Formats: sequence, C-alpha cells, structure tokens
Amino acid sequence: MSVTTMTHPVESVLRMDRMPHIWCPGCGIGTSVNCFTRALLESKLDLNKVAIVSGIGCTGRVAGYLKMDSFHTTHGRAIPFATGLKLGNPGLKVIVYSGDGDLIAIGGNHFIHAARRNMDLMVVCINNFNYAMTGGQVGPTTPMTAIGTTAPYGNFEPPFNLPYLAESCGAVYIARWTTFHVRQLARCYAEALTRKGFVFIEVLSPCPELYGRRNGLGSVVDMTKYYKEKSVLRNGAPTKGVGIGLGGEVVVGKFVDQSRPTYLEARDQQMKAKLGERYVPVEVAP
Amino acid sequence: MSTRGATTKNGPARVTANPRGVLTGPHFMSGNEACCEGALAAGCRFVAGYPITPSTDIVEQMAERFPLLGGTFIQMEDEIASSIALQGAVWAGQKAMTVTSGPGFSLMMEHVGLAAITETPCVFINVQRGGPSTGLPTLPGQADLMQARWGSHGDYEVIALSPNSPQECFEMTVEAFNLSEQYRTPVFVMSDECVGHMTEKVVIPPAAEIEIYPRRYTTLPPDQYLPFRPEADLVPQIVKAGEGYRIHVTGLTHDERGYPVINAECQDQLVRRLVEKIRLNADDIVSFEEQDLEDSDIVVVSFGITSRVAFRVMEMARAEGLRVGMLRLRTIWPFPEKKIRELAGRVRAFVVAEMNLGQMVYEVERCSGGRAKTLLSPHAGGTVHSPQQILDVIREAAR
Repeated sequence: MSVTTMTHPVESVLRMDRMPHIWCPGCGIGTSVNCFTRALLESKLDLNKVAIVSGIGCTGRVAGYLKMDSFHTTHGRAIPFATGLKLGNPGLKVIVYSGDGDLIAIGGNHFIHAARRNMDLMVVCINNFNYAMTGGQVGPTTPMTAIGTTAPYGNFEPPFNLPYLAESCGAVYIARWTTFHVRQLARCYAEALTRKGFVFIEVLSPCPELYGRRNGLGSVVDMTKYYKEKSVLRNGAPTKGVGIGLGGEVVVGKFVDQSRPTYLEARDQQMKAKLGERYVPVEVAP
Repeated sequence: MSTRGATTKNGPARVTANPRGVLTGPHFMSGNEACCEGALAAGCRFVAGYPITPSTDIVEQMAERFPLLGGTFIQMEDEIASSIALQGAVWAGQKAMTVTSGPGFSLMMEHVGLAAITETPCVFINVQRGGPSTGLPTLPGQADLMQARWGSHGDYEVIALSPNSPQECFEMTVEAFNLSEQYRTPVFVMSDECVGHMTEKVVIPPAAEIEIYPRRYTTLPPDQYLPFRPEADLVPQIVKAGEGYRIHVTGLTHDERGYPVINAECQDQLVRRLVEKIRLNADDIVSFEEQDLEDSDIVVVSFGITSRVAFRVMEMARAEGLRVGMLRLRTIWPFPEKKIRELAGRVRAFVVAEMNLGQMVYEVERCSGGRAKTLLSPHAGGTVHSPQQILDVIREAAR
C-alpha cells in the first residue's frame, strides 16, 4: 500500500514550521488567511516583494504565519510601520493585516491619516467585535448592548461603522465580507491587490470562544449560519448605511472602488512642479 | 573623522560618505542645522517627524534638503507614528532617524523598546527642553537622561551621545548612525535647546574623510541565514525586505529564527544578549574628554551645554589655587564606569554639574563606591548654570 502525502495548496506561503497556530477552534482568522493566501498565489505578484505588517492581538499573529517578509509590530502601529516600509522602498507591495481593536481603537489615528494621505497600503481588518486575545473586552466595533468583560451589563457606546469611516477619510477601495463568503472574499482580496492607494477590506469573523458564547450567539456553526442568512449583498451601497447592530442584517459587498493620486504620486507631482530637474526621487540604499 | 570601535573584528569594512549631500567646508551653523547635515553625511535618507519646539528646525531643514537628495521626509500624525515609521524605513533598507523634544520623546518610548528587541539600527535626536510634561518648550534642560536609558519597559541597553557644540552636533550625528549600524541598536543624540540653537563655526570635512559604518547585511543565502544569530560581538547580520529572505521580525521574545518563543530560557538568551552587546563592547563605545586630571583633587563631571560652563568654572577654581580637573562625557550611555572607578581611587571628590536635580550623579556615586566624595551641582533647567553655582560646590568639595 502506498501512501500519498498531499500538500495543502497554500502551504508554500505559510510558515509551516510554526503550525499549529494559536487561534481557537471556530475562529475565523484562519479562514480569512486561507482566502488571502489563495488570492496571493493567484496574483501575478512577486511574493519576494510582498511584505505583511501586523499589530497586536489575535489577528496580529497573522504576520508570523505568512512566509513573506513579515513584521509583527506594536499595538496599533502596524500602519505607520507599513508607511515607513512603503516609503523606504516604493517597490514593495505592503499589506497590513490586523484586528479591529488594533487598527481602529489604539491605531485609529494612524488609520485615518493613512487613508487621508492615500498611502499605498492594503489594509485588512478582521473584525470580531471584541478584544479576544485579552479575554473578550468591548471595543470600538462592539455593537450596542453586546456583552464584554468590560461591559458586563451591555455595551452602551455606539460602534464605528468602518466602511463609512474609511470612506470619509479618503480610502479608494472599500469592501466588506464575512468568513462565510470564502469565494467572494478571495476574489475581493485578489482585486484589491491590483489597486493602488489606501485599500480597506473589513472581514467579519466569528469569535465563538470570547464573543459568541458571552452573547448567546451559539457555536461557530450558528455564527456562520448567521452570516449566511443575515448577509445582504449590496455592491455600491452608501457606506453611511452599513453600520452593524447586534443580531441585525449585515451588508456585504464592494462599496467603493475609485481612484485618486496616491501619496507617492501626489508627492512626485508636487516636487516635479516645484523643483523640476532638481527633484531626485527616492533611492533605495544598497 | 573616524568611527570608534574600528578595531572590532566583526562587521563589514568601513566605507566613506556619499558625497551627495555632504556640505564640505566651513559654515556658520546652528546645532540643529548641524544635526541635519550630520545625518545627511551619514547617509540618512528617511526622516519621520512631528513638529515640536525646540527641535522643529531639524525636520524643516530635512523637508527642504531631502527632495534634492533622493530622501524622504514625512510629517507623521504624532511622535508614536514617527518613531515606528522610521523603523519600517530601516527594514526597507534606508538609514533613518526621527527628531523630537520632551513630550515627543515620551511618546516615542514605546518604539525605543521595539527598536531594541528587533535590533533595528536607528537614530533619535532629542533636543532637550525643561520638563516634566509641557514644561519649558523654548528653554533648555538635561533631565531626559534616565528616560533615554530606561524609558521603555523591559531590560535593554542603548547608546546615547551628548554634544556640547554645533560642531559636535554634526560629528555625533554621524557617529550615532555609525554606532547604530555597528551594534544594531537605537542611538540617541541628547542635544538641548542651547546647543541646538547656538550658532558657531562648523567645519564639515570632505566626504572621503567621513568614515561610515555600513549596514551589516548578511552574505549568506536565505536557506542558511538566521536573522537573529549573533556574530562574535553579539550582533546579528541583517537583511532588508524584498530580497527573498522572507524574514519574520517581531516585538515578542524570539529565537534566532526570529520566531516567537514565550518561555524563560529564550527570554534569558535574547535579553541577555541585547544588554551584553552594549555592556561587553562598552570600551569601544565610550568616549570622553579629560582636562587637567593628572594633578587634580577634584573632578568636575559634566556633559553637553553644562560642560561649557564647567570649563569656565575650572579655570576660575584653578585661579583660586584649587586643583580641579574636568571629565566631559561625550557618551552618556553606556556610562564610562571604568574611568570613574579609576579616578575614584586617586581623587578627593567628584562634582557633577548637570541641568537636572540629580541623575548622572547617581552613576558617578555608584562607580566611585564611596572612595571619593560625590557632590551635585544641580539646576532645574531654563538656562545654563551660572559659573558661581558650580564654583560654590567645588569650594564645598575642597573643604
């Protein structure tokens, strides 16, 4: 009897020597990474020129599992690190992959400014509606009335509507999917990888251990079923109307896909206009 | 100009400065302008900063100079962002620095720790002002010394230099870059408002005379390279993103592969090396200036702008017949322990003059180990000491 060893199609872009990963059973982060790696492999990108930057938290661990130049930075600061990386070598494709607490709470200031600058970064926000790594605290994406360890009587702070926030700050590409939508999400990643400027993808991801159980949302099967049944596809929906309430419908799709000069394009244009031949574009040190 | 530590066995051969951007010749220049020119001469091509008095003129000058030299200046949304954007740029292959003062320096501490644990070579210029908090935005202080050493949480060692003139602002900024590359550590140029804004003659040498310590890029292929395996001097070789090495860099405690390992053994191995790569190489790093120490009973220990008052005081004391010498620290971290220990065995007293209410004096006291008296001439900042203040303490020491 011969044994055939099969390799998973995305193993070539994972650090298999670091498996198993730390994510809980039922967590959606791994599913999102699966979609992301498929999009990467399908893309025509030279993966030696792709860099992944994460912050801190459950999703912050993504950088450590991807077999590319990968940077696991400080809490909330993945975007400014990625900004330096991109400006230091504009030839790199730089992707920020992090969580909602990291990118939007502690990192919120960096998020809005990178969007305003139209920094050439693809930012993936895995939104599980809570701080899971630290045990299930509420955050700026937690729906009203949801329970977290720091809101034992229910959250009463209105959450951010992330696509609306991103659009108002100037992001050029904005989409939202859930980890139920694996095909759509992989296609979305693939398309986003071809866009220039500040690209924002929100991925709703079940956290059955720390958010789902506490809020009576059931197992990962129930939570995924919820995303299947309550998701409404509305491409081009005005982002103002895509906020998320506890147990309510979830609008998914591509909301924004437009173009405006990136930070680097705008800079080069302005410098050339003012300095002409005297302008020396960025050189990468040997 | 030469790099200290040139005798080290490890590391790449020294090179000379890229002439583009080196303003060779004599100038009438402020300390802050000289820091900018020093960075350019050292090959810095990335600065992320945020406006803050009294350091702002450095970033203003960078914003003007860089587009002509292939460099990048970006004004970030705050100092937290500046202090990590520069590290992104370093991993992209740039030499990078940030520039700040008091409150901004406090915000940057998070990423001093990141640079320490990820061994990211980078330079921080702190044009010190009076604190705490907003304190004295336009007036000098020297009270961020312990913060430079220990401002971020956890154990690590840094290198910090203290210029006392615009000429030294130029030289020490070049040196800061060289030391950061050699030891893969954050290096601080601890200037202050007085040195930053005083204007003096600054002579910038020809590029061919400015020695540069290049980045310690590995020559190993990706399958043999371990990102955090140290060489004999405890410093590992580096790579940059985009070269096919597919490295992982994390602020978590990590092994030689750069992978997180959360246990006591790995912590000991990593943190001990981060500390020892500075401590065991301290003789190569430490630099000071001594004057008239041979026949002295009393040694004034000082640094930065305060040392210029102290030199004057030394003359005044000598005129009174007191045998006073001077030890001027160029490197404040690592502290010149050996020199203080040696002096403590033969002098009567140390007088530490510093623009704070007692920081480096504790280091002097520790190293003198009770063998010589240690007195402080403090000043809360806002202006330099008056010579009389220091002289009074010298007289007390002589009693």
